[in-house]
Amino acid sequence: MSGAPGPALRIEDVHKSFGRTPVLLGIDLTVAQHEVVCLIGASGSGKSTLLRCVNLLEPIDAGRIFVAGEEITAPGVDVNRIRRRIGIVFQAFNLFPHMSVLDNVTLAPRKVLRLAPAEAADRALALLERFGLADKRAEFPDRLSGGQQQRVAIVRALAMEPELLLLDEVTSALDPELVAEVLAVIRELARGGMTMLIATHEMGFARDIANRVCFLDAGRILEEGPPEQIFRTPRAERTQRFLQRVMEAGRL
Amino acid sequence: MTALGGLGPHDQEVLARLPGRRPRSRRSSPGALRSTAVAFASTIAFFGFLTWIAVNSPGWPLVQRSFFNGDLLVASLPDIAAAFWVNVQLFFVAETLILALALVIAVLRSTPGPVLFPVRLLATAYVDVFRALPGVLIIYILGFGIPGLNIDGVPTDPFFYAVIALTLIYSAYVSEVYRAGIDSVHPSQSAAARSLGLSQWQALRYVVLPQAVRRVIPPLLNDFIGLQKDTVLVSYIGVVEIFRQSQITEAAHFNFTPYLATAAVFLVMTIPLARLTDWLVSRDRRRAAAGAR
Ligand SMILES: Nc1ncnc2c1ncn2[C@@H]1O[C@H](COP(=O)(O)OP(=O)(O)OP(=O)(O)O)[C@@H](O)[C@H]1O
Ligand SMILES: [Mg+2]
Repeated sequence: MSGAPGPALRIEDVHKSFGRTPVLLGIDLTVAQHEVVCLIGASGSGKSTLLRCVNLLEPIDAGRIFVAGEEITAPGVDVNRIRRRIGIVFQAFNLFPHMSVLDNVTLAPRKVLRLAPAEAADRALALLERFGLADKRAEFPDRLSGGQQQRVAIVRALAMEPELLLLDEVTSALDPELVAEVLAVIRELARGGMTMLIATHEMGFARDIANRVCFLDAGRILEEGPPEQIFRTPRAERTQRFLQRVMEAGRL
Repeated sequence: MTALGGLGPHDQEVLARLPGRRPRSRRSSPGALRSTAVAFASTIAFFGFLTWIAVNSPGWPLVQRSFFNGDLLVASLPDIAAAFWVNVQLFFVAETLILALALVIAVLRSTPGPVLFPVRLLATAYVDVFRALPGVLIIYILGFGIPGLNIDGVPTDPFFYAVIALTLIYSAYVSEVYRAGIDSVHPSQSAAARSLGLSQWQALRYVVLPQAVRRVIPPLLNDFIGLQKDTVLVSYIGVVEIFRQSQITEAAHFNFTPYLATAAVFLVMTIPLARLTDWLVSRDRRRAAAGAR
């Protein structure tokens, strides 16, 4: 995107219910270019739902979402074209089990961007190399560790060269000793200027990496600010209580 | 796993996954050997006893003459084998059409969106109707009804209608098998594909269907077995296939031996397929148990 106007992502008053259950009750959030924003909040507060809405995997009930100035929730937009610009990585990896690592990574570049197979493979191998996965290119996902699988899932998203990367609790399904390797990858992406919106339970990581932290509570962003402020001097009482609980669980 | 008692559970799992190095404990342990022997002996004794009863029954000489006529068996075999070739052709032509048509129907029924609602409705009606009707009835209606209309250019060859009827009947069942496979692929797979920008069709084509089809191969083979046998149903509309041929031979000699020859042919053809299906099913189960996907 040459000279993309305005923020990378702007979410305006987004509402979302599943049936009668309201999940998002008016979310306003802006992510600047090259900014890293972490979403924290209790289980069920709506973090995954918000990310899925941004990727148009869930339709929203009200509100608007803009990516680099273009409204992606406008009626009649080509969702496939929008999703090409936004990468998402899921908690459960969701790699394609019937394909090798290389095919997982090159599928979308080949079928969506219509790259020649050789070119798609070259680009995929460069990415795999960068994240220490080049020797796994021919393996199938079930032969990889959880950490490796999640790194492949990140590479798969990056292969589409997204302007914005959404990460949904990408370390929650991992054994503790595998968390570090995935977090290292995300740090490296942040250093490279990737714009990211990250839902996470890893408070230490959020404090390290985020430019801004948003505390989501019952479908609303209750408090947001720089990590030092949110983690040291949270204003809202519910934020304090949430962080208290997290601390007791030993995750801060 | 008794023979591998020295290995940890993980080692055994690894061994179980290595091709050609599966533990053979069941065959090698002495206890298992003895129970195999007992099973074998009791089977022989049981069927030997039944045979003894049959052979010593008052009607046996008559039954032997009309069902087990060795000369007639040899004499009728060439005709029967030639007629079986018709069944084989029927099977392969119909099966090819079934695999394709059933897949189309399954995909139509699994595609969401209001635009396709009428198509889904039609596909559902088709599946319901053709599963509800007895196969012979469909074969009759198509095989006699349509040529009976005497429309110019409409084929009159019964083989043609036999293929169409079997295809219509079996596609209804096979599409349900495919659909179960499609439903068994977790929606997160499709979501992952869509999130990369693949269209709904591309997600289905490259991500969902390959996994779905792999999972339903054993039940598909099961339906193959059914079709293999049901090819004899088209004898009703005048296709001279193996069953019709054995009827002809039977009528010429007033002897039932040709039916026995036919039965033998089907046993030889079908049992290997049944074994293969069982083997695939148990292999899948082993794999699932080993935690591999
Ligand atoms: N597809 C769905 N259908 C119905 N309800 C849903 C669906 N997806 C999410 N929900 C509900 O929406 C609420 C928010 O879920 P969401 O997954 O967004 O929370 P979360 O903040 O990501 O939680 P966690 O930290 O456990 O991942 C929950 O109450 C959940 O039960
Ligand atoms: Mg979640």
